[in-house]
Amino acid sequence: MTQPILAVQNLSKMFGGVHAVNNVSLDVQFRETVALIGPNGAGKTTFYNMISGRMKPTSGTIAFQGRDITGMPPHQISRLGISRSFQINNIFTELTARQNVEVALTALHGQAVSMFRLASRNRPIQEEAEQVLARLGLDDLAHQRAGVLSYGDKRLLEIAIVLATRPTLVLLDEPTAGMTPEETRHVTRLVRKLADSGDYTFVVTEHDMSVVFDLADRILVMHRGQRLAEGTPEEIRNNPEVRQAYLGEEEEEEAQA
Amino acid sequence: MESFAASLLNSLDIALLLFVIAVGLNIVFGVLNVINFAHGALYMLGAYFTFTIVNIWGLPYWPSLIIAPLAVAAVAIVIERVMLRYVYDRHITDSLLLTFALLLIIDDLVLMIWGPGIQVVEPPALLKGTFTVFGGRYPVYGLFVIFMGLVMVWGLWALFTKTRAGRIMRAASIDRDMAQTVGINVPMVLTGVFAFGAWIAAIGGVVAAPMRAIGPAMGDKIIIESFIVVVIGGLGSFPGTFLGAIVLGLIHGFGGRYLPDISLVLPYLGMALVLLLRPQGLMGGRGSA
Amino acid sequence: MKGSIPLVVMAAVLLALATLPYYVPYFYIFVATEVLIMGLLAGSYNLIFGYTGMLSFGHAAFFGFGAYITAMLLMHFEVPLLWAMIASMAGALVLAAIIGFFCVRLDEVYFAMLTLAFGMMVFAVALQWRSLTNGSDGISGFPLPEFGLGIDLTLADPMVYYYMVLVIVVLASAVLYLITRSPFGLMLKAISENPERVAFCGVNERRHRLIAFIIAGTFAGLSGALFAPFNRVANPDMVHWTQSAEPVLMTILGGAGYFMGPYFGAAVFVLLETWITSYTDQWMLFLGIVLALMVLFFRRGLLGTVLDRVMGR
Repeated sequence: MTQPILAVQNLSKMFGGVHAVNNVSLDVQFRETVALIGPNGAGKTTFYNMISGRMKPTSGTIAFQGRDITGMPPHQISRLGISRSFQINNIFTELTARQNVEVALTALHGQAVSMFRLASRNRPIQEEAEQVLARLGLDDLAHQRAGVLSYGDKRLLEIAIVLATRPTLVLLDEPTAGMTPEETRHVTRLVRKLADSGDYTFVVTEHDMSVVFDLADRILVMHRGQRLAEGTPEEIRNNPEVRQAYLGEEEEEEAQA
Repeated sequence: MESFAASLLNSLDIALLLFVIAVGLNIVFGVLNVINFAHGALYMLGAYFTFTIVNIWGLPYWPSLIIAPLAVAAVAIVIERVMLRYVYDRHITDSLLLTFALLLIIDDLVLMIWGPGIQVVEPPALLKGTFTVFGGRYPVYGLFVIFMGLVMVWGLWALFTKTRAGRIMRAASIDRDMAQTVGINVPMVLTGVFAFGAWIAAIGGVVAAPMRAIGPAMGDKIIIESFIVVVIGGLGSFPGTFLGAIVLGLIHGFGGRYLPDISLVLPYLGMALVLLLRPQGLMGGRGSA
Repeated sequence: MKGSIPLVVMAAVLLALATLPYYVPYFYIFVATEVLIMGLLAGSYNLIFGYTGMLSFGHAAFFGFGAYITAMLLMHFEVPLLWAMIASMAGALVLAAIIGFFCVRLDEVYFAMLTLAFGMMVFAVALQWRSLTNGSDGISGFPLPEFGLGIDLTLADPMVYYYMVLVIVVLASAVLYLITRSPFGLMLKAISENPERVAFCGVNERRHRLIAFIIAGTFAGLSGALFAPFNRVANPDMVHWTQSAEPVLMTILGGAGYFMGPYFGAAVFVLLETWITSYTDQWMLFLGIVLALMVLFFRRGLLGTVLDRVMGR
């Protein structure tokens, strides 16, 4: 077995004496797509926050391409090649769609402190931004202010920003949350295509099980901050423990709602 | 030179007056999430109302302790209803700018009504004169300020911990939406809290009137002092306000005595150090009221 | 072309300013000089407040520091004004780097409070270090020497001083403009909206905020250097927090985040102050009411509101 691109060991995060994530380990291989599932409050987002540098783990280590990145600030982790999307839309609403992507590209090409040239005359970056938008089918909307885009297009723009940083590892946090079935299919196809291109490694959290089983090579199930099970989609589907804990909890939630 | 004991008493009366002014600022911040730049101006209004009651109407000092704060609270209700409530949902910068506008308006109105001169209110006969402590002289009125400050500390502490009104305020400060869903009339509470903060500030103004020079700029100075107190103690923290006031009182009382060359820098240095090393303040935590 | 409207307007404004002494009463040359100097102060402030979203209450520290440096250099060494201005900018740059280094660690209210604390520290030093700063009286009575570089200017002539200020403010503002339109400026706008997302794009947003803070402080220092000889004094009032509030008001008045907003705001501010104080003493009352109305109803400022209409946003 080759060295994993992402190696998470015994990761824990405590909030005021409560374990949000408790001793979770995960190895992700290059070009693999791993899905992270579990009911609300299982610790998936906290897990992401630690990998992407938004939160410092209480204990445990994270290594990316063999390099220890535990506790690094987000901008350094991003520069190493990890990029993430957010559960809620996290775009620059006052900028145009193309400018949103340009922000990421400007940083990527080391021009973030370049002051004595006009951003509006920066053809190479603009062209690259248009290419990224085109890959997501957003090219028609390049000059729209991001704030006025439809919900689904905002989610796609979020992914466009993520891709523009040219990551090797992409963390998607519920990419289809709140989308229509049509939009969900579009995003699923898109991620599938990107994964098949062989340029990316994905970790995806998702509530929509059809999306998960469609995309994932491997699934990690979290429950109350802990690792409950791990395996191929087939194994997870037939794991009685998962069915009981995971589905039981869902039913409980529905009953409460 | 003043004796050590007189300096200590002096620090205490400064500290307790600062507490009375800053605590209203901090309550308003904690519940409304508004940094009220006009809070010092409301304190000034309290002092000027006292001047009118005592020197113009010729009433004794004591009734002004009741009348002036109520009058200022009434002004505050108007301010909250007409202006402030429209910016609660916006960025905190907006309420800051709006209350800064209020500060300009109140300052100039005060100038229009009472003129630019310094006004003096005589302390009541009972509290006139000075006494000697360990060889230093100290005004009797200073003791009254300390007494009033302690009454406010005790009264507010009891209010927050023992009464329903205090619990409602704390609930509204922690989660406004939640408070709404459990049946609290939140807009009313917010108006009430703003008026309450103004009422406390005005009590500070009434108590300060016979001791401090009453002038149109007195609010501008005290608001910055109150910021220092609140920041040192912790934004949103009641015990923090008390501690912050004591710290700043001691800096004022002893700074000039031991470090006369940098006495003016010390309060700001203290404020900056707390912000950098412990931004939540010495006593600050999450959700404390 | 909608895009060319701002350029046309800017050219018209420049032309009006260049020919101003020929059609306004003599007195207005002083007013216009003050507008330009305050415009640069507010314009520099816009870089951190309007573009980067940092509400600083200590911007006067750099303005006052620049004024003191120029006043002292003129007083004690009679250096040419150009070198005094460069020294003021350098001094303000260093001060902004030191203060900014600490301030950009904090956000929002805490940032505002820390800038206030540092600003007032500078004020306290100006007031208390009497042997150097002459306390509350400040430094006055300094001579107005030559400009420097062998350029022969009678700086004591208000008309000459006006044209010198106009050239310097336009040059400095052109640099500021370029910065707001540069890739760095794009980053600042992104940071003002969502600093965290910018960090996840691989940008050290704290460093960006520091650079913006230093640039703004440097140009505020230049504005102070222009103001001291104009005002004939550098005193602690110029470092006080109430002075820091002025660029905030001007920026809000004109429109935060619009390049010309603060300049326009400074013009409205200074002109209103001139007119209203000639009729009544209630200038602050008027200003307070205008500011309250702006915050409540025209949050994008006078110029911003107009521009939004014209550009159809």
